[in-house]
Amino acid sequence: MSHDYRRIAKDGLWDNNIIFAQALGLCPLLAVTGTASNGLGMGLASMVVLIASGMIISLVRGVITPQVRIPVFVLIIAVLVTLVDMVMNAWVHDLHKILGLFIPLIVTNCAILGRAESFASRNPILPSLFDGLMMGIGFTLVMVVLGGAREILGSGTLFANASLLLGSWASILELELIPDYKGFLLIILPPGGFLVLGFILAGKRLIDRKLAAIAAERAEQELALTQN
Amino acid sequence: MAAGLLSRFRDTIGYQALLLGSFSTLATALLVSGNALTREAIAERHREDLLTSLHEVVPAALFDNDLLDQPLKITRADGTQVTVYRGTDHNRVTALAYEAETQSGYSGEIRIIMGVNASGEIIGVRVLSHAETPGLGDKIEVAKNDWILQFNGLSMGNPSRSGWRVKKDGGNFDAFSGATITPRAVLEAIEKGLDFFSEFKPQLITLTTSTVTPLPQEVSSP
Repeated sequence: MSHDYRRIAKDGLWDNNIIFAQALGLCPLLAVTGTASNGLGMGLASMVVLIASGMIISLVRGVITPQVRIPVFVLIIAVLVTLVDMVMNAWVHDLHKILGLFIPLIVTNCAILGRAESFASRNPILPSLFDGLMMGIGFTLVMVVLGGAREILGSGTLFANASLLLGSWASILELELIPDYKGFLLIILPPGGFLVLGFILAGKRLIDRKLAAIAAERAEQELALTQN
Repeated sequence: MAAGLLSRFRDTIGYQALLLGSFSTLATALLVSGNALTREAIAERHREDLLTSLHEVVPAALFDNDLLDQPLKITRADGTQVTVYRGTDHNRVTALAYEAETQSGYSGEIRIIMGVNASGEIIGVRVLSHAETPGLGDKIEVAKNDWILQFNGLSMGNPSRSGWRVKKDGGNFDAFSGATITPRAVLEAIEKGLDFFSEFKPQLITLTTSTVTPLPQEVSSP
């Protein structure tokens, strides 16, 4: 069985993106994407767990029977998240103070169980690792876009407090786009997350339709050329 | 055939039980060792955090002892216990730091830590934990806004009790646009903390460590 890494990458980033196509992981998505920095932090932490759980589940996939696979996957993911939480708390405490809130939320992200079930349990270790990476990047991108959109509309800033997450150099990322902005509460609260996500999904559909139309036009032209 | 036997065993309920059992045992072992490895480091980090937040409300220049050494525990009238960290300089209490809290936040409890000097003036206030709306109520954090710094040097009496309110309620302090409940709750917590100081002032500013006079450390309110 050959593994098409380009296919995996395209699936993770766009075609089968966790949010865009699978609509999984909406709980952490809506809870933490009030700002772009929070979205980035949550996305990166989820990506680490996606990669690690993909690797481990792919390794043990020969032993596990279909009847008990779900409890075993849940157990592996929960242990992994708890260990990450403890290790970060002990040795990268400053980062943990920022991300600590989000880490337990990763367990509730059904996208991780979803990838374990539909990919890692059926594929060897390297493609599983790559799938975790690509799904994680795709998830992080949507989180940052959604967090950024909500942050601009809701508080008039972009990447506020990024230096807490990425170190002091990141303070150049912190922008106050609309000075003296009064704030738009609805967008910051979870319903605003649903609204903005709806617009982003609609935008994705529009782009897909444009791409399909272009492809169809090109095919038609080629057909016309061959007929002439 | 060993392979046939194995594949038949895989379908029995015993295999599933064994599988689940061994994964659970493995998971427990991993978590126990993870906990054992990180427990001390995490406790140390929490101690450092406490010291950092204490130093934010009482600058190190004010005292010459270890703040975490011999904290004073005082039981309030409602039965709750307050831990007071005391900074001393030449055997005189120069700074006190303790927590106060309120349940009137927009999303529940807000905990603050405040530092006062021996005459009850605020040296510093910081919010320890809250669940207020990001982008609105979280301006009470010093990292996001310097609103919380305006209380330095003030005390109960300066302004008077009716001044310890947001302007909307006839007091002296600004609220944030779009968020009145959060600043109101923080002011309530500060007021509570200042009242705590006046109520227990004699015990708070008298040194009762074993080197001076051995008095009972826990004092109940009358």
